[in-house]
Amino acid sequence: MKPAPFVHHAPRTVGEAAAVLAQVGHDGKVLAGGQSLVPILNMRLASPAHLVDINGVEGLDGIDVSDEAVRVGALARHAALARSEDAYAALPLLRQATLNVAHPAIRNRGTTVGSIAHADPAGEMPAVLALCDGVVEAVSARGRREIGWQDFFAGPLETTLQADELAVAVRFGRFPTGTRTAFRESARRHGDYALAGVGVMVTVADGVVTAARASFVSVTDVPSVLDLGPVLAGTEASSESWGAAVDSAAAAVRDHVQPESDIHATSDYRRMLVGELTRRVLVESVTAAEGDRR
Amino acid sequence: MTDVEALHDVTVTVNGVRRTAAVPARRLLSDFLRHDLRLTGTHVGCEHGVCGACTVLVDGAPMRSCLMFAVSAQQHEITTVEGLGSAPDARVTPTGESLSPVQQAFAECHGLQCGFCTPGFLTTITAYLQENPTPTSEQAREAISGNLCRCTGYQNIVKSVLRAAEITAERRAEAEGDGETA
Repeated sequence: MKPAPFVHHAPRTVGEAAAVLAQVGHDGKVLAGGQSLVPILNMRLASPAHLVDINGVEGLDGIDVSDEAVRVGALARHAALARSEDAYAALPLLRQATLNVAHPAIRNRGTTVGSIAHADPAGEMPAVLALCDGVVEAVSARGRREIGWQDFFAGPLETTLQADELAVAVRFGRFPTGTRTAFRESARRHGDYALAGVGVMVTVADGVVTAARASFVSVTDVPSVLDLGPVLAGTEASSESWGAAVDSAAAAVRDHVQPESDIHATSDYRRMLVGELTRRVLVESVTAAEGDRR
Repeated sequence: MTDVEALHDVTVTVNGVRRTAAVPARRLLSDFLRHDLRLTGTHVGCEHGVCGACTVLVDGAPMRSCLMFAVSAQQHEITTVEGLGSAPDARVTPTGESLSPVQQAFAECHGLQCGFCTPGFLTTITAYLQENPTPTSEQAREAISGNLCRCTGYQNIVKSVLRAAEITAERRAEAEGDGETA
């Protein structure tokens, strides 16, 4: 349970980090919070020859809110994102989801960008990036590029980030005025990997739903957004038809997901669970307190 | 890899004392504390971040020392269970030990049996009570959800969190009272 030997690099700037990554290529891994990487190293599931430790890089821990997006730097810890009042005011979903990431001690060290780059199907933040139509900003010695979420996730634990690239930030897109969000997951113990989870956004204008989308945890291989507009749009959120619309949305979600069976739960159970969670988050989102409405 | 691993001089402030040791890059912070600095109060359970026994405070925030490398802790401030007894609100017991409010509460409420997980609980709860000085029973349970204990069944640990909050408040009131009369 000890990592194999590696060469430790401690760049001070993004430029230095990119230069080291260009040099070490596939023999290197980026170390940010390490809350997923270090267990993998401890168990020797991976033994990269080089670790590029970006914890000393200046200027990567920012959380910046603009009119269009919340931009989260590569060294912003989950706890900082959960605490940020500016981020919460702009996009309540970020706090709603982040508080489901593992335990406080993990959130104090783990980073939001790292969690997205890790691309675990059980991870909350990849699903949130997808729901927010987010973008990953990557830097390499070759230059800078932006990768939309649809092009970023290639498979479970696999992204299109190249070996010489550093994800320096992600941008979570903000929702239109009148949008409410909610996020729920179910785990055997709070903080464990979720058996299933779901986040939703519901846009309401004059009491009528105009748009709705959902994104999932642990029941799809890669982040996947389901447009619930066809089943929910046009429904009055407080009317009697809302209940039936929510049932249809839950059914659409059960059809959409492709959960796998493992020792924790069967595929059927996860499918049933994510349908029920969808029902709950939809109800929760339209009855959310004023402070949670954006 | 070269045959001989390069050593890094790592300097951290542990419980208020600056300590330095030369270690390989792969030295986990937990092993650095235990083996290199001989502070064996921090316990190592699962070594993959699940059990919480190795939790220490890094710049005041609880973190898993088994999921950090010593080289990443360079120049940071670490508090281990050994440092809790020298907190300003620690008090010396009749038997001569100095106990922080959380340690005192664990002793009073029988919050431990074998004691293996206890250092992680103590550091976690110490930081938590600074954030939320008056937790409910439910919040206390949530606060310790990242730490595993195989002996107690958690009931007495939850009680200890609540009692620690009381002791902290009592000692703060005492200290403020002293300040007024001094």
